[in-house]
Amino acid sequence: MSGTNNMNLTLKVWRQKNAQTAGKFVTYKAEGISPDMSFLEMLDVVNESLVHKGEDPIYFDHDCREGICGMCSLYINGHPHGPKRAITTCQLHMRTFHDGQTITIEPWRAAPFPVIKDLAVDRSAFDRIQQAGGYVSVNTGGVPDANEIAIPKVIADEAFNSATCIGCGACVAACKNASAMLFVSAKVSQLGMLPQGQPERYRRVQSMVAQMDEEGFGNCTNTGACEAECPKEISLTNISRMNNDYFSAKLFRQEELHEQSHGEG
Amino acid sequence: MSLDAKIPKGPLAEKWSTHKFNLKLVNPANKRKYDVIVVGTGLAGASAAASLAELGYNVKAFCFQDSPRRAHSIAAQGGINAAKNYQNDGDSVYRLFYDTIKGGDYRAREGNVYRLAEVSVNIIDQCVGQGVPFAREYGGLLDNRSFGGSQVSRTFYARGQTGQQLLLGAYSALNRQINAGKVKMYTRTEMLDVVVVDGKAQGIITRNLENGKVETHSGHAVLLCTGGYGNVFYLSTNAMGCNVTAAWRAHKRGAFFANPCYTQIHPTCIPVTGDHQSKLTLMSESLRNDGRVWAPKTVELAQKLRKGELKVTDLKEEDRDYFLERKYPSFGNLVPRDVASRNGKEMVDEGRGVGATGVAVFLDFAEAIARLGEDAVRAKYGNLFDMYYQITDENPYKQPMRIYPAVHYTMGGLWVDYNLSTNIPGLYCLGEANFSDHGANRLGASALMQGLADGYFVIPYTLGDYLATIGPKPIDTKNPAFEQTKKDVEARIEKLLALRGNKTVDEYHRELGHIMWEYCGMARNEDGLKKAKGLIQTLRADFWKNAIVLGDNEELNQSLEKAGRVADFLELGELMVDDALMRKESCGGHFRVESQTPEGEALRDDEHFAFVAAWEYKGDNQPEVLNKEVLEFENVHLTQRSYK
Repeated sequence: MSGTNNMNLTLKVWRQKNAQTAGKFVTYKAEGISPDMSFLEMLDVVNESLVHKGEDPIYFDHDCREGICGMCSLYINGHPHGPKRAITTCQLHMRTFHDGQTITIEPWRAAPFPVIKDLAVDRSAFDRIQQAGGYVSVNTGGVPDANEIAIPKVIADEAFNSATCIGCGACVAACKNASAMLFVSAKVSQLGMLPQGQPERYRRVQSMVAQMDEEGFGNCTNTGACEAECPKEISLTNISRMNNDYFSAKLFRQEELHEQSHGEG
Repeated sequence: MSLDAKIPKGPLAEKWSTHKFNLKLVNPANKRKYDVIVVGTGLAGASAAASLAELGYNVKAFCFQDSPRRAHSIAAQGGINAAKNYQNDGDSVYRLFYDTIKGGDYRAREGNVYRLAEVSVNIIDQCVGQGVPFAREYGGLLDNRSFGGSQVSRTFYARGQTGQQLLLGAYSALNRQINAGKVKMYTRTEMLDVVVVDGKAQGIITRNLENGKVETHSGHAVLLCTGGYGNVFYLSTNAMGCNVTAAWRAHKRGAFFANPCYTQIHPTCIPVTGDHQSKLTLMSESLRNDGRVWAPKTVELAQKLRKGELKVTDLKEEDRDYFLERKYPSFGNLVPRDVASRNGKEMVDEGRGVGATGVAVFLDFAEAIARLGEDAVRAKYGNLFDMYYQITDENPYKQPMRIYPAVHYTMGGLWVDYNLSTNIPGLYCLGEANFSDHGANRLGASALMQGLADGYFVIPYTLGDYLATIGPKPIDTKNPAFEQTKKDVEARIEKLLALRGNKTVDEYHRELGHIMWEYCGMARNEDGLKKAKGLIQTLRADFWKNAIVLGDNEELNQSLEKAGRVADFLELGELMVDDALMRKESCGGHFRVESQTPEGEALRDDEHFAFVAAWEYKGDNQPEVLNKEVLEFENVHLTQRSYK
């Protein structure tokens, strides 16, 4: 299938040995690239040629390559996950680019996401925010029959829209303040809308926001870059919902958080 | 060696409850004295880690990805089965059991499968309790759909992202226990060996992928929840990182590997476009509820389509062969995966394939769009259609999808008994990594069910019995087995890093994949398998001479990570071929050309092959020894599977 319409590209790639070492852009040629390749397959081809030359291949995070695991990242020509909307980098195909184009590839840039190597960053801050309260406290067993909880379809669907977040971090990378509010609000909204999430609703929002702040993410100034770049099109409405719950919790339900240290485990 | 599956005696429907009562319990105050290691954080691993921590055990959980939420369970699309019978359409625990046994072509244990069907109903309750947003009806109750290989609607789903939602549910339960201090989570950490002390598993050796540090972890039990080995084929629907290393290392320490040749080729994947292809993308089986599979009626028409002389939308109705509907009138497009895959391959082999490569058939929604309207089709399958459009640049609302089978799931895996224990006491195996419940073919929407059944509802009971038996004495990490196993791991890393040949690890992997797909894929025969065995041996020897592995141990080193995994695939591949050679019958996903009915369907040989093949490792380059577990059927009558 190596057709005549194959492309030659110039890549400017961020290379950084580890968190302690300063990084720099290095230029590579990507030649004979098929438009049917995914962006990551294009990088595979470049890496194969680097390995043959005895050079360290470019490190990037990736796993499922079908747009759902959230592991791939890459800031491509100034956009998280590249120029197309509503997709992850692994779903970006080379037909989006043209022959002779220069493509700049950087890691996510945000202080709470330190670079580990080349294009891979440490996103464990996201896990710690989820650990702070992104759950319904039910143990295995001891739950009612699934159909005892009737949930209006519109609410279930809207909760689902929030639940589609893949935790990739594009929202943070897109934001001039490196704010994680879209990510945090997606989980806060999903559980806050569902009946199962009500008992811990106000406690949850406070714990998760507190952890978000502790990790050093910036605040939201309503620019909306996160929503525009989110591969799953998580909406800004989630942030409004979170703010609403947060203010409500702070003004009227301060006690909810104080109880938290008891009764777990 | 005789294998005891430890299936409880008594009537099928009472086995599990009787067994639960007979299992020993660990006193609540003693639970915190036990350490349990859980490797892998997919549906099986995350649900097990969370549930065991809730009970009070100290859990250490490991994953090689940057977060437990990335595990490839997340990519499961279609749904999860449960015998709730919410639709009043005749479902029951017994029917789910029967469908699963039959779907597996009578190569699974009755006891295990019945238990799976029994706890399936609890899984849905659990997930809803966690806030998993399943699809609902306007009345507020849960919606169901039908899925391949079944005639009732028992599949619960969350758009085309059921795996994601279930995994995030299990991940949230895991997070709660991490927050409570009951689970210690190790990310970007790969398990490279099991420590066996006096015949019992008491720990693992891991490598921290960020800094290369090789570490020892001890525990009273080790649970491998590390997924399947489909990536032995190089191209599959698995994630890039999916590998067999944890299970294979355990195998080399004495755990039996069962039915390795049982692999599932999924009928509806996006076809390969070229040599650069790194993975294949599944189009959910749920699409076959409304999509119709067809190929052009003649080779001439197929040629015209391939050359672009004829547009698919111009092909007349009478020139289309809806081959599944024609051959299987009662199941139609909803035949099980193995049957659908083989029929697709047949079309291509006959020269009736479509697309530029000719290696695809059509999956057509025109009739569904005419019947339901484009909006209704979008509501059901929108994300799948978008994904297809994104990858192929063809609009499936306007023209049929092109699909072709691809490796998707592996039914084989580490041998486990009814308690999910391998033959090494203290070493357990859950989810896709074990062999237990799907026989020779897995039905759609059953993988999520099994992973969560094992983790939420089986292991919390069965593990306690073992722990109570061995007692809460601390593990002696001074035992020389810990240091020796660590040294073995380090020596292997050094050996890999010394490889400075001229061929990349990916090139070896791709070559292995070609061999496996060609000779141990959808159709297998004796000559081909024998040839494959020789090819794999040669390739493996060449790998250990000529592979290139760059860099050092003390860094994030993808060359090294891949090399270790591919080295294991090069050994596993040969065992799969041996297993396929030994099993001279056809069953489920294992199709031996020599054993078929006059109509070309898989022909079992129950007299000689109604057993589980559990292979025992005997040393490098030594033939493995076959141990048989005879399958006993007391409740179902073995028949030739028919979907006609």
